[in-house]
Amino acid sequence: MTDASAADQSQIQRIIDAHRTLEGPLLPLLHALQDTFGHVPAAAHVPICEALNISKAELHGVISFYHDFRDAPAGRHVLKICRAEACQAMGGAALAESVLAKLGLDWHGTTRNGAVTIEPVYCLGLCACAPAAMVDDRVVGRVDAAKLDKLLAEVGA
Amino acid sequence: MKDFIIPPADWKDDRDMGTPAKQGAPVTLTIDGFEVTVPEGTSVMRAAAEAGIAVPKLCATDSLEAFGSCRLCVVEIEGRRGTPASCTTPVAPGMVVRTQSDTVRKIRRGVMELYISDHPLDCLTCSANGDCELQDMAGAVGLRDVRYTAPEGGMATHFAPRNTSGEANPEWRPKDDSNPYFSYDPAKCIVCNRCVRACEEVQGSFALTIEGRGFDSRVSFGAKTDNALASDCVSCGACIQACPTATLQEKSVIEMGTPDRSVVTTCAYCGVGCSFKAELQGDQLVRMVPYKHGKANRGHSCVKGRFAYGYASHKDRILNPMIRDRVSDPWREVSWDEALGFAAKKLRGIQERYGQKSIGVITSSRCTNEETYLVQKLARAVFGNNNTDTCARVCHSPTGYGLGQTFGTSAGTQDFDSVEHTDVVIVIGANPTDGHPVFASRLKKRLRAGAKLIVIDPRRIDLVKSPHIKAAHHLPLRPGTNVAVVTALAHVIVTEGLMDEAFIRERCDWEAFQDFTAFVSDPRHSPEAVEMLTGVPSAELRAAARLFATGGNGAIYYGLGVTEHSQGSTTVMAIANLAMLTGNIGRPGVGVNPLRGQNNVQGSCDMGSFPHELPGYRHVKHADVREMFERVWGVTLDPEPGLRIPNMLDAAVDGTFKGLYCQGEDILQSDPDTKHVAAGLAAMDCVIVHDLFLNETANYAHVFLPGSSFLEKDGTFTNAERRINRVRKVMAPRNGYADWEITQMLANAMGANWSYMHPSQIMDEIALTTPSFGGVSYSVLEEKGSVQWPCNEAHPDGTPLMHVDGFVRGKGRFIVTEYVATDEKTGPRYPLLLTTGRILSQYNVGAQTRRTENVIWHEADLLEIHPHDAENRGLKDGDWVKLASRSGETTLRAKLTDRVSPGVVYTTFHHPDTQANVITTDHSDWATNCPEYKVTAVQVSPSNGPTDWQEDYAAQAVQARRILPAAE
Repeated sequence: MTDASAADQSQIQRIIDAHRTLEGPLLPLLHALQDTFGHVPAAAHVPICEALNISKAELHGVISFYHDFRDAPAGRHVLKICRAEACQAMGGAALAESVLAKLGLDWHGTTRNGAVTIEPVYCLGLCACAPAAMVDDRVVGRVDAAKLDKLLAEVGA
Repeated sequence: MKDFIIPPADWKDDRDMGTPAKQGAPVTLTIDGFEVTVPEGTSVMRAAAEAGIAVPKLCATDSLEAFGSCRLCVVEIEGRRGTPASCTTPVAPGMVVRTQSDTVRKIRRGVMELYISDHPLDCLTCSANGDCELQDMAGAVGLRDVRYTAPEGGMATHFAPRNTSGEANPEWRPKDDSNPYFSYDPAKCIVCNRCVRACEEVQGSFALTIEGRGFDSRVSFGAKTDNALASDCVSCGACIQACPTATLQEKSVIEMGTPDRSVVTTCAYCGVGCSFKAELQGDQLVRMVPYKHGKANRGHSCVKGRFAYGYASHKDRILNPMIRDRVSDPWREVSWDEALGFAAKKLRGIQERYGQKSIGVITSSRCTNEETYLVQKLARAVFGNNNTDTCARVCHSPTGYGLGQTFGTSAGTQDFDSVEHTDVVIVIGANPTDGHPVFASRLKKRLRAGAKLIVIDPRRIDLVKSPHIKAAHHLPLRPGTNVAVVTALAHVIVTEGLMDEAFIRERCDWEAFQDFTAFVSDPRHSPEAVEMLTGVPSAELRAAARLFATGGNGAIYYGLGVTEHSQGSTTVMAIANLAMLTGNIGRPGVGVNPLRGQNNVQGSCDMGSFPHELPGYRHVKHADVREMFERVWGVTLDPEPGLRIPNMLDAAVDGTFKGLYCQGEDILQSDPDTKHVAAGLAAMDCVIVHDLFLNETANYAHVFLPGSSFLEKDGTFTNAERRINRVRKVMAPRNGYADWEITQMLANAMGANWSYMHPSQIMDEIALTTPSFGGVSYSVLEEKGSVQWPCNEAHPDGTPLMHVDGFVRGKGRFIVTEYVATDEKTGPRYPLLLTTGRILSQYNVGAQTRRTENVIWHEADLLEIHPHDAENRGLKDGDWVKLASRSGETTLRAKLTDRVSPGVVYTTFHHPDTQANVITTDHSDWATNCPEYKVTAVQVSPSNGPTDWQEDYAAQAVQARRILPAAE
């Protein structure tokens, strides 16, 4: 848990205030925080509970339910490799293993230069083009070792 | 063919019906060939249970709304596709349900197989063995085999700490034993969600959640880094009650094993009067489980009643009678005969020397009605005077007076179920989440369903804002200005024409109302006029008044923050005025509801504990009432009222009052102005303390009679809703005798010749002499579970709601409530106002709860002070501070919080080494002498540690508690 700076704290409060009157405000609010900070800062938890009048347990339940909400910032880029059935059948598992081995990372790990975070994903809806991956917001089909190397080079890993 | 008409709920049948009862038009359906009729909205599962058919289930229990996650309760319904879950499917007319078929049997077995594939098969050594729904259901569905096992090399369970190669399983989590009373073992969890739902729906704390999703789903206390103790959990036990497995389990069951018998009884803590099942092995108490047919608690409990019973077997408990000639001597353990003979001789000796009226009694609000009745009878019939008083003097005596004057009875008007029908609630001078937690949970449930809340309290109590609860208005008044605020509410209602005139014309004394309107419409009572005085913003007060007058069913709940003032009785009358003004009397969801402090404080008042009133609130001056008691008791009664507690102490200091029998109360710690109480006690020749422990009062006692706990005797307690609940003996008294027997022995040692064989005979005598109890007997209580007085020929089933067709006194009487400021004023030397209260985990003087694991939550009294006031004085959080008033001074540690307003400080009185009552003064209510605990002008300053007085006191206490080794 990190102590947020005063500037962050007021930024957090501004985002909360902008969302608190929505119907069902929690998810849009968490997204806005993650968009701003790259993660949902721990320093936001108490003010969120205070503003929405929910308990810290409830907030934890929601944040932990969605894998995409982070409690720490990711690398500058995120590479997601699909591990669902179709991609596994097309060699996706081995491909993923080789990427992790090459970078010396485990799942959810970030390269030491902070360039890229590798994450598993369960189906990108590209089963016909398996194995599939996603770099930031861009999906890529029929990946192989060469293509992945190129992608990693692009993001500076 | 068997027809089922909705059977009357039998209070002894505590089967789990699966889903909550509903109300509605009758619906008839057929289940497994039986015709069943249930209210509309009932689930198929519950309908089946009503017919005696148990549908297998895991995620359903009747304290919670149906959830439909376990899929074990699937059934077949003719004309419907698939196999719907019986818990979430409501009944429909003519529905034909089959709870057993090859299809559902196969589904259930498959579901169970999946559950068990991630559950340890260590049933024989599991703490829930024999009390596990998972085990029962595996049996019920005929599970014989589990085909799913962890794949080679992988780890696919949550329960095995290591795999066969000895590698740690990252999915396994250790037990969380941080809470002193229960343990959370994630390895046993089936993620049925019952605990999370219980915390939300029943308790309303929202301290539990399911974290993660899919295979990662886990029950989690609080946030990611919390454990059970660090979370928002208040240890109410609702989750443990709901858990179908050993995941959440009482540590006492883990240590001792499952209980083999149970007795339904009543909790001996607060005035809510929860029913519990005491579960035992032989005479060893294993656990206390809230009883679902308890009409006060409806199956809920709090940390005190559920877990804090360890005091009854604490090593400090005294089990032998003791005597001494002087309080400077050590105690000498003696036989019962010797102790009682010694006491009787002393008391009679005092009477011979100082007169008949030189001795008296204090009855206990923690003992049973029968015991209280005997103690006041001891004073009136054996001592021959009316010197009897009770701790209600220092808490709710203004309630008795105020409601008696306005409505005609000295008790709350509703039952607790009434809160389910309320639309606007005023909570004034009460902190239910700490003082009356089970009622608070019921109130919060209603608030979450949309009722509005107005809080009138100097402190921002938890009800003002907590998860999913927010008061519409919080009026943070200055302590001591209750009358001004409540009168201002009435001013707004009258001047804006919001009163219920039809109700007032029909039900109330119209002339008194005219006087009242003339008084209250005066602009000096307007919110704007009193704002400077009360500190309550006038706009907020006006809005609150409008809400209460126009928001539907309006109920007022109040506590000692109303009564313990120099104008306590006036505030009670102002509250009664407000209820009459808005027509909020005589139906469900409304009323005036005092939240009584101790388990039997209502009962002790009913039983004639006050010096001027015989049982049933009948004044001793009435010859006809006296005559009836004289006939039954065979003695002549004194027509003059006796001494109140403060008068007894004054008379003791003057040398005219010399002997006191004090049962189950610690006046030295609980009564105001400790130094005066100590001086009074020290001046007496014979103080008899009858208690479980050598309490603070016993430091000045000459005779100590060991008491019995509520587990060790038969009797009845009367709770805040006038409900007479049975207390049942679950084990033999460890001290040898129940308290009623000890009082009888003392009376007989003084020549009384009483011969009660059982408390039921005492209740029969109460019924014989007291009209409002005329229909009460142990056989009636056995049949009905409990009744609310009045219970007599006119109301054979008791009276859940009072004043339904008219006020008890005839016409409701409005009373003019002029605000008179207390004499206790702030000034340059004492610029702050101290108000006192209590905390969830501790109870009253703490004699019981300090002797349990509850101290983990509150090991010392703290002084809450606003950061502004602290900064002015150079105080930091946790500093020792000296708290001084005109009466005395003490030291304790400071807690900086904005819960209190600037200018107000707050503390609790649970610990004798703090003795908050050294500070409180001897100001008291004008009508009833109820002390003004809630307002004391004080100064707070830095300190290095305990004051001289505290050290002297501690030294005296050590001296006074010495016990000589028993003579051989």
